[in-house]
Amino acid sequence: MFEYWGVSEPAVLLADAAPAAPSVRDLQERIRQMQTTKLETRSLQTSPALAPLLPGGALKAGSAYSVEGSNALVMALMAGPSAAGAWCGVVGLPDFGAEAASRSGVDLERLVFVPHPGDQWLTVVSAIIDVVTVVVTVAPPRLGDALAARLAARIRQREATLIVLGGWPQSDATLRITESTWGGIGEGHGHLASRQVTVNAVGKGFMGQKRSARLWLPDASEQVRAVEPAAVPGAVPAAVVAPVRVPRGWGAGRVFADAQELAG
Amino acid sequence: MTLIENTAVRHSQATRTMVLWCPDWPVRALAQFEGIPVEERIALVEHGVVFACSASARAEGVRRGQRIREAQAACVDLMAFDYDPALDYRSFEPVALAVEELMPGVQLLRPGMCALAARGPARYYGGERAAAGVLLTALVGLGVEDARITVADGRFAAEQLARMPGETGIRIVEAGGSPQFLADHPIEAVGDSNLSMLLRRLGLTTLGSFAALDFRDVRARFGETGVYAHTLASGRDVRRVVPRLPPQLRDIEVAFEPPLDRVDQITFAFRTAAERFVDELTSALLVCTSIRVELHTDNGLVHDRGWGHPRWFSANDVLDRIRWQVQGRTGAGAGALTSAISRVRVLPEGLDSIGNYETGLWGSTPDDRIHHGLSRVQSLLGHGAVMTAVIAGGRGVVERQVMIPWGDPRGGAGDEHPWPGSIPLPAPSTVFEKPRAVTVQGHDGGPVDVTDRGSLTCVPALFAVSDAGAGVGRVAGAGGMGGGAAHGGGAGGGLAAVERQQPIAAWAGPWPVYERWWDQAVARSFHRFQVVDASGTAWLLALHEHGWWAEARYD
Repeated sequence: MFEYWGVSEPAVLLADAAPAAPSVRDLQERIRQMQTTKLETRSLQTSPALAPLLPGGALKAGSAYSVEGSNALVMALMAGPSAAGAWCGVVGLPDFGAEAASRSGVDLERLVFVPHPGDQWLTVVSAIIDVVTVVVTVAPPRLGDALAARLAARIRQREATLIVLGGWPQSDATLRITESTWGGIGEGHGHLASRQVTVNAVGKGFMGQKRSARLWLPDASEQVRAVEPAAVPGAVPAAVVAPVRVPRGWGAGRVFADAQELAG
Repeated sequence: MTLIENTAVRHSQATRTMVLWCPDWPVRALAQFEGIPVEERIALVEHGVVFACSASARAEGVRRGQRIREAQAACVDLMAFDYDPALDYRSFEPVALAVEELMPGVQLLRPGMCALAARGPARYYGGERAAAGVLLTALVGLGVEDARITVADGRFAAEQLARMPGETGIRIVEAGGSPQFLADHPIEAVGDSNLSMLLRRLGLTTLGSFAALDFRDVRARFGETGVYAHTLASGRDVRRVVPRLPPQLRDIEVAFEPPLDRVDQITFAFRTAAERFVDELTSALLVCTSIRVELHTDNGLVHDRGWGHPRWFSANDVLDRIRWQVQGRTGAGAGALTSAISRVRVLPEGLDSIGNYETGLWGSTPDDRIHHGLSRVQSLLGHGAVMTAVIAGGRGVVERQVMIPWGDPRGGAGDEHPWPGSIPLPAPSTVFEKPRAVTVQGHDGGPVDVTDRGSLTCVPALFAVSDAGAGVGRVAGAGGMGGGAAHGGGAGGGLAAVERQQPIAAWAGPWPVYERWWDQAVARSFHRFQVVDASGTAWLLALHEHGWWAEARYD
């Protein structure tokens, strides 16, 4: 429950400037934008719940993201662009749940599957990148850095977005579910109904910081949304950043609130 | 035929007409297509009623228009097939062509029946009987032994003559004899069931008695339909034979000598032919939207299959379809090619005007680009390698998602119907293509099972994915879907090959599933569970014959 507060993390630069953190972060963002060597890339429409977890607040055309161990998170990422009319491709994932994808907002008419690319993985992914906006895939076991770099160049050129399930050397952000709690199911009764997760995001796009957010994935009405911080008096916004010192006893209140939300 | 025309030509003579009829053509076509003898008891079914049946089935009491249940009750070993009009037309085409070779001006009335003007052939072959004899010999040469050829004044009389019982192949009513010939036929022969029922109730039971009425009275009482029926009944059918335009053959065929057994050889040999095929269509301002590929093997078998295209076929697309069809038939199993291919034939099935497929002024639409890219992947990996998904009805998670190869019609799938007993939402984000074996144990490490009365033997407490390799068995048929090649990448997404045993945080079940109990072959019965493990990942498990399988994961 507490690991995402990152108390044990080595204090980063902003650790002691917690109250002023947002403004400092804004300034840093501006400096980064002014110093950036490449042109500003196009943003794709992104589900608002996931925006705090992505560098720049949205999926970027020409970038790669990696998601570890959660198809549901991948679907939540795809839902935004798909709803905006983008085509999505899923390569090398024979177990990708189409119904869940459809229910999380991905348009099945604009979703293509290549479940078994076999040893033609690179060719297939390159061909799909040429025509499709969001490509979801899993990296083959032995993928050299050179190949990854070639693929990254291709993504940039075609303005596609790559979402890799598992590790990827060039990813802008890596999203991982660190904690997940299911509601609606008990010891032999009920059924899976809703889930609250804590998603951690790390990556080069965050300037060495770590972000995390609590999400409903999905909530009882199958929507992906942020867990409202209003439920917890005095809580920091969901896009919690950095190691802030948490007053004692505060965490207990949070846990209590969680329990209430789940029960509700 | 309008009233004015009728009155104008009322006194004109009906032309001598020759009608050729092959009885039970739909049955014959189907028997030939399915490779079963035509003597079997066969019925073709359309909309739940018998459309046509073979002679042996008719002898057992099967009738056209009968409900299929009644037909099956009358004839227990009846083989029922769906009626396919396209097959009829396709199979009758060689017959029509053979008739056209001998006598021009054939009108195709329906598959199995055609009409010709008798005067020309009669003069050429030296008499109507001689002309009919020539035609009959030609038909026997095509394997149609029981054809009937009739000549009479007007098409109606000739058709009635063909339908008369008897074995005679050639039947002729002399010129001017049609009214007499028709006089004894029952009134139902006019074909209009409402009119014939009314006439029968008025006491007019034969065509002759109806024809005896005055033409003007019939027009006053029954109007235009009555006048038309009256001209038919009185043997003054003035409908002319309207010869069809012989179809322009656009199919293309390449014979290989010696026969070829390698895919690349076949496609290479067909390349110029495929280009010619598409060029000829283009010059006729047509595009082809669906084709049928026939593979003739050395040992006389024919494998054919239709292929659709979301846009239209280019030469490369045609070659791809041939390649996929050959590749799909290689290897072992039912329908596999057993010898080399001696002939490949491509028939255009759907043609459309090229104007409907013109590229827009501002270039092609984005969807074209997608189609080109995906077709490239398809030509690389095969037709079934690129798919789109449709959500269909069903209770299990696997049967709800139907994968459709790219380019095939997606169909009007939609799942508006409620499925009581289906797994409650949310849907699992990972649906295993093949179920994975798992172990579930109680607190004491003992196995967890469900008794015959549906209660658990002990509370599930420990859970482990015993093998990341896909399940060998099948969860009661749930895993039979893909059958795809084992693929290294897998969907694990960071899942280790063998996972540690972990405690179960929450669980629900057992939810009994007992499906298709009426059919022994596909019946299945098992219990479903939902389980949340210690890491917060939830699983959909199935307990089938004491073995635990994971069907899906909520990750």
